Amino acid sequence: MKLSEKWLRTRIDVELDSRQLEDSLTLCGLEVDSVTQVCDPLPGVIVGKVEEVKRHPNAEKLSICLVSDGDASLQVVCGAANVRAGMKTALATPGALLPGNKVIKKTVIRGVESNGMLCSASELGIGEDSDGILDYPEDLSIGDELFEVLGLDDNIFDIDITPNRGDCFSLIGVARDLSAMTGGALKDFDIPEVVSTSSQVRHVDILSDSGCQNYVGRIIKGINLQTKTPIDISECLRRSGVRPINPVVDVTNFVMLELGQPMHAFDDNQINGAIEVRESSRGEAFHLLDGNELTLEEGSLVIADKDGPIALAGVMGGLGSSVTDQTTDIFLESAFFDPISLSGVARKYRMRTDASIRFERGVDPLMQRRAIERATAMIVEICGGDPGPLTCAASEENCYQAPIINFSPASVNRLVGITVSPERIIKLLEALEIQVRVEGDNWLVTPPSFRFDLREEADLVEEVARLEGYDNIPSRSPVGRLEPGLLDLDSLCERAARKLLAKKGYSEAITYSFISSDKCEYFLDEGPHLKLVNPISNEMEVMRPSILPGLLDVSIYNLNRQHNTVQVFEIGRVYRSGSEGVAEAKYLAGIRCGLSADSGWTSGRRELDFYDIKHDVEVLLAELGMTEVRFKANSPKGFHPTRTAEIWVGSDSKGFVGALSPALLDTIGIEKPVYAFEICIERLDAQKDKRYVPVSKYPSIRRDINIVLDVELEAQSLLDVVWANSDDILHDLQLLDVYQGQGIDSLKKSITLSLIFRNNSRTLTDLEIENACRIILSAIEKQLGGVLRE
Amino acid sequence: MSAVSYILREASAKIAAASALTELAEIRIHYLGKKGELTSLLKSLGKLPPEEKPAAGQVINAAKNELQHLLNAKKEDLEKNIADISLEKESIDVTLPGRGSVQGSLHPVSIVQQRIEDLFLHMGFSLERGPEVEDEHHNFNALNIPEHHPARAMHDTFYLENGLLLRTHTSPVQIRVMSERGAPLRIISPGRVYRCDYDQTHTPMFHQVEGLWLGDGVTMSELKGLLDKFLQSFFEHDGLAIRYRPSYFPFTEPSMEVDIKINSEYGITGWLEVLGCGMVHPRVLSNVGIDPRESSGFAFGMGVERLAMLKYGISDLRLFFENDLEFINQFGR
Repeated sequence: MKLSEKWLRTRIDVELDSRQLEDSLTLCGLEVDSVTQVCDPLPGVIVGKVEEVKRHPNAEKLSICLVSDGDASLQVVCGAANVRAGMKTALATPGALLPGNKVIKKTVIRGVESNGMLCSASELGIGEDSDGILDYPEDLSIGDELFEVLGLDDNIFDIDITPNRGDCFSLIGVARDLSAMTGGALKDFDIPEVVSTSSQVRHVDILSDSGCQNYVGRIIKGINLQTKTPIDISECLRRSGVRPINPVVDVTNFVMLELGQPMHAFDDNQINGAIEVRESSRGEAFHLLDGNELTLEEGSLVIADKDGPIALAGVMGGLGSSVTDQTTDIFLESAFFDPISLSGVARKYRMRTDASIRFERGVDPLMQRRAIERATAMIVEICGGDPGPLTCAASEENCYQAPIINFSPASVNRLVGITVSPERIIKLLEALEIQVRVEGDNWLVTPPSFRFDLREEADLVEEVARLEGYDNIPSRSPVGRLEPGLLDLDSLCERAARKLLAKKGYSEAITYSFISSDKCEYFLDEGPHLKLVNPISNEMEVMRPSILPGLLDVSIYNLNRQHNTVQVFEIGRVYRSGSEGVAEAKYLAGIRCGLSADSGWTSGRRELDFYDIKHDVEVLLAELGMTEVRFKANSPKGFHPTRTAEIWVGSDSKGFVGALSPALLDTIGIEKPVYAFEICIERLDAQKDKRYVPVSKYPSIRRDINIVLDVELEAQSLLDVVWANSDDILHDLQLLDVYQGQGIDSLKKSITLSLIFRNNSRTLTDLEIENACRIILSAIEKQLGGVLRE
Repeated sequence: MSAVSYILREASAKIAAASALTELAEIRIHYLGKKGELTSLLKSLGKLPPEEKPAAGQVINAAKNELQHLLNAKKEDLEKNIADISLEKESIDVTLPGRGSVQGSLHPVSIVQQRIEDLFLHMGFSLERGPEVEDEHHNFNALNIPEHHPARAMHDTFYLENGLLLRTHTSPVQIRVMSERGAPLRIISPGRVYRCDYDQTHTPMFHQVEGLWLGDGVTMSELKGLLDKFLQSFFEHDGLAIRYRPSYFPFTEPSMEVDIKINSEYGITGWLEVLGCGMVHPRVLSNVGIDPRESSGFAFGMGVERLAMLKYGISDLRLFFENDLEFINQFGR
């Protein structure tokens, strides 16, 4: 909410400068987001009166005006359409300084001398309106400096009102809270009842059960809307971000800003019959003030007459019944619409207005009469007219009842940790117009009607703490049981994986959890994807079933920025819609493309291959404590059909590692091979107790064997056969070399294995080792057809 | 005895001129070998009268010793030279870059999140996680944000087609843990959260760390004590200016927002909001079956990206999710 500092000071006496005022507001809980000066000084800009307007002989759209500056008449050329003889406006005299360091000079425009400029609001930097020159009321004195006349040496506080403080959505609300906080005297409004001079009334029926608790209305007949809104009112509106329209609308807005009670004025002659406050039926339609047609859904609260809706209650009025220059009789409305009934209505119809914001948070349930009386008096003062008596309609069961809250003064110490004497608590609460009835330790407390946010003890504790000042609460180190803070297993794994991958050259990415539908299908067939109802865009509409599409985007982004080699990973959840709602699982995915890690000046450049990324995965799984890891040739959608392995840990498939499918890379426009892995890292048994295995004191003996077998046989099957046919003296097995080429049948390959034998309790004999080797070789021959290479 | 001094002079000159170990060996044999000149001289002592023998012997032995000493010294010299030459041949350019893979980097959000986690872990908080796809109950209702509450407007929520939603904060984790375990409790819950908002200062996904302490004698005063310590440690600045001011969250009462003033080296001055906190609302406690008359406690929450921006002087939130390697790799591990 925007609030003028000058205006605020008319309602409270405080000896604080602007800076201190800002701090005080923020420490009240009324956070000042920004403070802006209303405008720069405007030296040389004065109130001028246009005395005569003539056509410019050489330009159709220009006029030659004679403008009085109080002493003399100046000839000024003006291009505004709204210039007319007799109007008072802003005159920038020669030498005047306008925003943007624009200096006004005597000049000749199309052959006619011009001694200054008539200004629009935007030219002076005091408003957005650039349509025409400013049109001020008669009572301004010609020749006065505009900066002084308009009181422009002012600041605008932009205050962030929290949802609980609807009471502060007004000048009086802010002043009241500030007064309680600082002790500065509040200058409340004195609002006498208006004496009616007409007997005309319009009947009001509340037909909604819960939408409207109170409705006050009145007809004012015979007003003159050819008048102008006084400058002090229109300036307050402007500084509050409200556009002045006509005196009636301006007054209702002004009183809303003053008191927090939104009001609406209808052209009384456009209303047919009694006013009804009711819920809409589906399909009812009418034109809003802004010209748009609104088609209503069932159950929205509307103001209607015999012919249908004339306003969306508490949000916006209708065009047909709006007050115009021609209006002579108005019907003024001041109502309490229920916040719950109203909540969401403005959002549903995509209309957020100053009124709806206030009604949604709640207005003072006892403010309707005061507000309409003040508005009536102001309208009659400006536009004349005869006010009729008030029509009041209230739904009885919803009438305001002051609540009683049980309050124990000890709760202040219990929650805040400071000792405040009961006398002091009472004083603070009373400063907020809260009534306290002391009955032993249980006090009965009644907040004022505008503090409907105070509903229970804790709310009152906050009020006491707030007025004592949060800065006055001592900062004490907490005392608690000395217990270790524990990381869960998932976090431990995550941290270990992060650290390892960063060491191995990966950079960590964080991509959005939602991706486009198209990208979902890179790695999965069409499935029941988890779709957002209200996504930011199509690019972010489905909860990702895989991290890889996001990492591919990261790769493309960086490849396009001259990175030849990209190596990234991400840890996060993937989401699938399962039989029991939603399945979320934590995954780790990585992508590499470009050169291998050992590329450099010593060994030259080498393009990455499958075994580079497989090694990353092996090291990673070992780091995470996974044993019994096996890789089996298998590829899911999106991966290269013959260069991908499924990762098994024990009997669980944990993910895949391999090259991405060339077809996919082609689709997304990456021109070099990309390798990737994606592994589920949830519920890992990484904490499995590690047990000490005694280190053997006896030497190990190594035998290298060179086996020739069919080129299509997987190395894994050879390793499996060796392990399966060795008794427990085989300690380790390493694959040293794979060879194809000269000296070997073209349908064969040779694999060199290194067998390491060891026994923990004695030195092995040559005979034992020879026997072991013989058994292994014969099994290889029998099961795989592999033979020892001579 | 001029013969001895002559030999000595001649030998010394030869040793000094020698340039190889073989040469040196020859010199040794020539003078000190079995048939060497000095050896022969020593043998010829027998021919001298007995009273001259001792003095003559002494002179020859002294010469022998000196020669031996010169030979040794020269030998050492030559050997060292040879070693130097062979080391010289092993010379390499030590300014060429080292071999091995380049290290990657963790994402700044993850570095900062871990730092926040660690500071609270050290203060005895345990880490808890919960689902990101949540229901209305855990994300709103149980947290005292009923359906028509104006505070729901502050949380622009993403909904899924199945009626569930993406959590707008990590507070639902607190609801889950409180419902399960009751008081006392000291936990933090980090993770991704989602709000339907996208502009310069908002991304539809961001990270939060929230904390909860339920226990005896835990008041706003202790809350301030804890957060003061946390912020001072996080920004590594004991004199950090910290301001607590009233605010509003549906799930805490009283509620506070915390501002800090950080050094101009970050390029920003004035009060900057860093976190929100307050005493757990009695209705939240009742909602999870804890009697608010018996237990109380506080909760706090902070945006990880915001703290990362302040710590590193990053001015644009969207950089975090662009994943430009030039950006990520600045933060190391």
